Amino acid sequence: MSENAVRDAGFDEWLDAASEGEAYYLECPEGHGSLPPRRVCPDCGSTDLEETPLPESGEIETFTVTHIPTPAFEEDAPYATAIANFGPVRITGQVVGVDVDAVENGLEVELEVTVSETTGERVLGFSPV
Amino acid sequence: MSDVRVAGTGQTAFGNAPERTGRDLFAEASIAAFEDSGVPRADVDAVFYGNFMGELAEHQGHQGPLMAEAAGVDAPATRYEAACASSGAAVRDAVFRIRSGAADVVLVGGVERMTNLGTAGATEALAIAADELWEVRAGMTFPGAYALMAQAYFAEYGGEHEDLAHIAVKNHENALPNDKAQYQSAIEIADVLEAPQVSSPLGLYDSCPLSDGASALVLTSEAYAEDNDLEAPVAITGTGQGGDRLALHDRDYLARSPAARKAGEEAYADAGVDAGDVDLAEVHDCFTIAEVLAIEALDLEPVGEGITAARDGRTTADGETPINLSGGLKAKGHPVGATGASQIGEIATLLAGTHPNSEFVEGATTGVAHNAGGTVASATVHVMEVVE
Repeated sequence: MSENAVRDAGFDEWLDAASEGEAYYLECPEGHGSLPPRRVCPDCGSTDLEETPLPESGEIETFTVTHIPTPAFEEDAPYATAIANFGPVRITGQVVGVDVDAVENGLEVELEVTVSETTGERVLGFSPV
Repeated sequence: MSDVRVAGTGQTAFGNAPERTGRDLFAEASIAAFEDSGVPRADVDAVFYGNFMGELAEHQGHQGPLMAEAAGVDAPATRYEAACASSGAAVRDAVFRIRSGAADVVLVGGVERMTNLGTAGATEALAIAADELWEVRAGMTFPGAYALMAQAYFAEYGGEHEDLAHIAVKNHENALPNDKAQYQSAIEIADVLEAPQVSSPLGLYDSCPLSDGASALVLTSEAYAEDNDLEAPVAITGTGQGGDRLALHDRDYLARSPAARKAGEEAYADAGVDAGDVDLAEVHDCFTIAEVLAIEALDLEPVGEGITAARDGRTTADGETPINLSGGLKAKGHPVGATGASQIGEIATLLAGTHPNSEFVEGATTGVAHNAGGTVASATVHVMEVVE
């Protein structure tokens, strides 16, 4: 998030928390997990959502190495993007701290908030455990 | 219930025309559709128009009335936005409007102007179909999202890039006689496999191109068609739409398209047909893997087996169920907001025997058009049948 930009309430607080190692997900009484900003459980409609600590590690379920990025990631390419399963929620993130050729399904990762080499903006990332 | 007839179809050539405005593109497509239909412009009751990223490409909102004006039509006009399924959604509501009796004639179509943004700008614009906070800001591109699905598919069901390459080769082959297609050039498996990577495992030849273009249809009630002795032998007999969570990671499946399955089931039931009745289909192959997911969602192939359909010749022009005889998005091109209505036009002319590839589907009575938005958080399916 650049200095002068208006924050996205709910999302940027979540990135702040993830940076502090205190990531969470939203849990309804039925046990459905979701990500903020959110007032209603998309699975059951419950409005009783509680911030619950996110499991510390997740497992990569699928990944890709992007060679042609959007302009906001021009200097980051090639980079690996993955979907990791943390149990109650899946999350999409950029895999850092490992060669892109070493990324594979089943790789255990933890959240790491990194920055775009192109824009300096915060980027949700994963690093191998 | 009255059938909805396809009285006229029109489209521009799809391709690289960065200087042409959206209004000019739609005007050309509408002129062709009106000429094909024989319906006077004064009889149009409503205009339903699909467009995805006109604000970004042309700094133009409120495009409905603009396009009605461009088409020379004095009727209320509404724009539909459902990412790449924008004009599929417009067709669906046109069908409902006519069935309800509230309209006899609807002009429906769509436009996208893309190439004026350049590759980087268009890549950025297309990405807005994904979840800005949770996908795009993590660096996910649109090809990247389909690459995530392709990798998940390979991991779950098997298959390899060469299987996907057969889809690209097939669709380029189908486009050869289509003068509206962006690419009228044959390619080989090696071209696909050796092309630069966009987002692994997908390369340049797994991806549809950036395209400018427009499509238009004149749809009428059955009664209007009969009263005016229209040549309109094909009807839209079934319509369906499915939705899903916007972000791919929030879906039940990473390698299936449940929204397309819901849309297909609804459209088949609406038309009173099942997948076994389908003779041909136009499906939304924005990437080669998307054709696999589409034909599985439509029950034209069992889940996990669609990957071999093109390779083994089941979906080629001379196969059991030809898929994308127009060339598909891959070779015909994909001006996003124009695609859904263009697919309807392709099926109508293929079934009517007036398409350059109609020879491959002689005697066919039932076709399907599948249009998908984003990573298939939106999908529309239409069943079309020969009724005269």
